[in-house]
Amino acid sequence: MIKIEVDMNQCQHYGQCVFEAPDNFKLNDDDKLEYVAEAPDSERDNIEAAVDVCPMQAIRIVE
Amino acid sequence: MSEANPAAPVVIVGAAMGGLRAAESLRRSGYSGAIRVVGEELHPPYNRPPLSKEVLATDVTHEAVAFPSRAEMGDVEWMLGVRASAVDLDAHTLTTDDGTVQDWRALVIATGLRARRLDFAPVSGRHVVRSLDDAMGLRAELTEGARVVVVGSGFLGCELSATARKLGCSVTIVTPSAEPMVRPLGEMVAKEMRRRLTEEGVEVISGVTVVAINGETAVESVELSDGRVVEADVLIESVGSECNSEWLKGTNLDLRDGVLADNAMRALTTSGVARDDVYVVGDIARFPNPMFDDKPRRIEHWNIPTDTGKRAGAVLAAWLAGDGSFDEVVAKPFTPMPSFWSNQFEIKLQAYGLLGLASNDDIRILEGDLGDQAAVGYYRDDRLVGVLGVGMKAALLPYRKQIAEGGA
Repeated sequence: MIKIEVDMNQCQHYGQCVFEAPDNFKLNDDDKLEYVAEAPDSERDNIEAAVDVCPMQAIRIVE
Repeated sequence: MSEANPAAPVVIVGAAMGGLRAAESLRRSGYSGAIRVVGEELHPPYNRPPLSKEVLATDVTHEAVAFPSRAEMGDVEWMLGVRASAVDLDAHTLTTDDGTVQDWRALVIATGLRARRLDFAPVSGRHVVRSLDDAMGLRAELTEGARVVVVGSGFLGCELSATARKLGCSVTIVTPSAEPMVRPLGEMVAKEMRRRLTEEGVEVISGVTVVAINGETAVESVELSDGRVVEADVLIESVGSECNSEWLKGTNLDLRDGVLADNAMRALTTSGVARDDVYVVGDIARFPNPMFDDKPRRIEHWNIPTDTGKRAGAVLAAWLAGDGSFDEVVAKPFTPMPSFWSNQFEIKLQAYGLLGLASNDDIRILEGDLGDQAAVGYYRDDRLVGVLGVGMKAALLPYRKQIAEGGA
């Protein structure tokens, strides 16, 4: 299992992560980020890509 | 051409985001040999966009903007504070300004851009913002009541104006353009941006250039081409950038506007031959993106160093592996979606695609109202090539998909 943390003080809801890991990240109807804090290990590449593309660098994988 | 020493490292020149992503991608793609990253700045890789926005408004430290270091990067060698001065593509060597000559097995060009400067005598109070050190120097002078003149009205200039204003400075934008951000956004949107910036108390003087900087030792005022004189304590020059490609002079690479690469990010010679052992990443790379057409372009958007770094790392790792997978990896089309964002006061811009490709200013309001929140479409030959959100985010997603699928 991968554990994900998003610093919601940093997050500006750009939604770039949504394209990389749609199972874990989405923008809701109010343009706010919602995320699932756990992902199966098979999602690691996608989660890491989401970490990379966050303009605010607000996403972290907790090892 | 002599054979490269197979024991020599992959040398990545440029220790910013593009160089970092290329190194990470080499490791993730299975390359376990030596990697050395050579960079001019002393700081390990960090995220630049906050330097004109959040970080400049609060706490300018490396910690606040540093990219996280991944475990697989533990044995990557960082050679920081040295600058590449020359390269020999036949001998497979790199010369740096500390007098060292080093061998490489493969080379990644990731030296990026530097801020262009106005051509006037150096006096204190003149600033550019490209590096962390630049931002630290500027932050100290953005005190309440300081008179700030920003030359140039691209995204960076407008963001810096907003940040300085929020810190209590009086701010004047001086620009040769007709409207702020008109080149990337088009006239209709740019006029609205001017209205909003003005409403926030930023004075915009357009259609002028700076003809003189007055002040013996420190900036006192700037003289404009229309004869006006604007008093200034701080002068921020945001007049575009130049490619750090001088160290590649004397090679046979195509250095017209950056460094030319193919869709696999392999460097191309002036005769159009791809080098399997030389790659180009980041905003210095001029490369074709089949999402739009086959014309090579440099794209100065934030996501490009990451996307091109990953691509170059994957292709290079396949070449180094020599396991027969190289041709297949090269042939896989690379179609990164350009994207950028910009925050100025309450103005939140976000875009996908290449807005600048719109033909004859064919720009349409897709949703909403430009005076409030809107999604704006940029069309080329009736196909969507870019979408801009003014305050809108999730609404852009179907348009992003449309652009990725060819815009029809």
